[in-house]
Amino acid sequence: MTYTAEMLESIKVVEATRAQRIGQVFPTMSLEERQKLLNSFHPDYLTEGMREIRVGCCKGMRMPLELAKVIEGRPHVSEDFDLSQPEYESDILVIGGGGAGASAALLAQENGAKVILATKLRFGDANTMMAQGGIQAADRPNDSPAIHYLDVIGGGHFANFPDLVEALVKDAPLVIDWLESLGVMFDKYPDGTMMEEHGGGTSRKRMHSARDYSGAEIMRVLRDEVRNRPDIDVMEFSPAVELVLDDKGSVCGAILMNLETGHYFYVKTKVVVIATGGSGRLHYQGFPTTNHYGATGDGIVLAYRAGAELVFLDTMQYHPTGAAYPEQILGQLVTEKVRGLGAQPVNIKGEQFVYPLEPRDVEAAAFIRECKERHLGIVTPGGQPAVWLDTPMIDLINGAGTIEKALPAMFRQYRRFNIDMTKQPILVYPTLHYQNGGVKIDANCHTSVPGLLVAGETSGGVHGRNRLMGNSLLDVCVFGRRAGRTAAALCKEITHGKPTLEHVSAWNRQLDSVGINGALRSPILLPDYARKG
Amino acid sequence: MAEAYELVPIYIMGKRYEVPSSLTIMKAMEWAGYTLIRGVGCRGGFCGACSTVYRIKDDPKLYFGLACQTVVKPEMYLGQIPFFPAKRASYDINELEAKATTLFQVYPEILRCLGCGTCTKACPQELNVKGYMAAAMRGDIESLANMSFDCIMCGLCAARCPAEEPQYNIAILARRLYGKYLAPRSAHLAQRVSEIQQGAFDAELTELKNLDSNALKERYVARTIEP
Repeated sequence: MTYTAEMLESIKVVEATRAQRIGQVFPTMSLEERQKLLNSFHPDYLTEGMREIRVGCCKGMRMPLELAKVIEGRPHVSEDFDLSQPEYESDILVIGGGGAGASAALLAQENGAKVILATKLRFGDANTMMAQGGIQAADRPNDSPAIHYLDVIGGGHFANFPDLVEALVKDAPLVIDWLESLGVMFDKYPDGTMMEEHGGGTSRKRMHSARDYSGAEIMRVLRDEVRNRPDIDVMEFSPAVELVLDDKGSVCGAILMNLETGHYFYVKTKVVVIATGGSGRLHYQGFPTTNHYGATGDGIVLAYRAGAELVFLDTMQYHPTGAAYPEQILGQLVTEKVRGLGAQPVNIKGEQFVYPLEPRDVEAAAFIRECKERHLGIVTPGGQPAVWLDTPMIDLINGAGTIEKALPAMFRQYRRFNIDMTKQPILVYPTLHYQNGGVKIDANCHTSVPGLLVAGETSGGVHGRNRLMGNSLLDVCVFGRRAGRTAAALCKEITHGKPTLEHVSAWNRQLDSVGINGALRSPILLPDYARKG
Repeated sequence: MAEAYELVPIYIMGKRYEVPSSLTIMKAMEWAGYTLIRGVGCRGGFCGACSTVYRIKDDPKLYFGLACQTVVKPEMYLGQIPFFPAKRASYDINELEAKATTLFQVYPEILRCLGCGTCTKACPQELNVKGYMAAAMRGDIESLANMSFDCIMCGLCAARCPAEEPQYNIAILARRLYGKYLAPRSAHLAQRVSEIQQGAFDAELTELKNLDSNALKERYVARTIEP
């Protein structure tokens, strides 16, 4: 499982230009150039990949075909489901066991609430666990939350909701401090100064990392802490399939499903926090994804059916550097930190063709243009187009051993397939990575439905139309914590009426009225990868 | 559609299937018709959900790997360890002190380690588990934290351990103690946290929030980029 003869020939060209490329800075694009490139080559701008949804409070909103189909699905349960005997009761139900869910559970518990954290797979099986590159926070003297603010909102094409961006950048150093107080090991110099790098679209070095296991380190610490708190019950293999509302339209729990037995049961709570993550496993436009197995957009489906407004769901993030070869790891993440440490994207002529750290959508579109329009990419035996990412530059620039020390996960991943990324470049192409939009929230995670809070990738607004690297680990911690605090405060004041599933019948009537007769039940919970027959 | 790939026989929990030779164990199971619930997570080598034990026909040795990262081999007999009931101590990190005796108090079984190295052989991350357990027995929290850093907590070490050690849970205790108490403090972070708490950036952020789109774009374009 090494490179083909054709690839090895191409590598020689890349090697030949390497010495002269070191130190050579490819110019960044103007805002106009960025927009022109996006219009022509970014998957979000491909009109046939999108359609309007036909039901619900955001009827007419455009989103990817695959997501629209799931949103317009039939509920798992009907209105006559017996709600008189909840199997569990608590103050707060957190749905989702990633970074946002864990943060929400911790802060809710600290603020006096009893919490059930329910998750579809194992606690910690989440995109948070897979985030490699790092977490942004403006904590160095030459940086400030205001500079971070500008980077975030420019990267998001100025569409971001200002209150959310303010919360993100202002809480960021507090989150780093909080994570350290829980025992997260950030990369530091011996005097305690944080090692911080650039990410795409940053104007200051503010990417904190934990080798290239940044998300894994954060997730395993948060998970360990949740398990240490007696007032948080964790229910694994228990996805939510429907929210329950009371007769005043306020959320008072959810129907969960035992994923292994198929048994549905009611968990009655005063407040629900949805933190189910994104939807990469819907494979928009057929793209491979970096996302974990459970990323099927469940939270959006649940919240929307209960009446929550959505926002920016016509924009998905394609990470520029997904693994394009070998086929076994197709679509898996090659962290942006690889470019942050100096590796340049290079075409088959051994030339740079884009500034290595443009915002992700721009960088991805440039890779697609290089392959599809200029035909200066490689095509793998599996038919996958790709460009080179010149990883050996990292050790040349930063000293021998840097890759093994700073990127152990990447190094290990390629070595498993007999590719030594310290000596040979790797092949990359954009891969579906992140859901930029989601359920509309305010700075304290309220949605348009009373009693329903949303945090993390399921929410939308903070990243506008494009998220920068290192702002999703930050997002899950900032808004997870805020959701937990808000939830604990809310449950002290809420009194619920009678629980009902009337909205389920209303939803079915809406589907009927516009002629949607498909049998697809949503949330779909798992992607269907089993070969049939 | 013509099947242009080479098929190899594998045994999934004892049952024989023929699967394309290029697939990972996880994709081979799906190719064989399985819808996975247990034994699958991130599919990218980070979460430790898909620990797999396998043996090749006529070879007595047991091999270990992650189903999402390991390519099938002909005549492979595989089983998954999607959950292992290793001991996990509960503690309040704020009440602990970062010293050797803390490790022994929370996990007294550390001192039962035989030093046999079976854990190291089982680790799909190729960590020196025996080495970090030796650090644990010395009470060397810093070495234990650093040596175990790339652990994905899959539990294969514990599943194989004749002394019934929960190595990966001992390791996260050490990493948390190190991160919280022993790692050098960051003066610039403490400074920034205090500035934020005093509202030092509030006015500037409020001004930015109220700028119209053109003014904001001008500020964005004019910002200097740190080399």
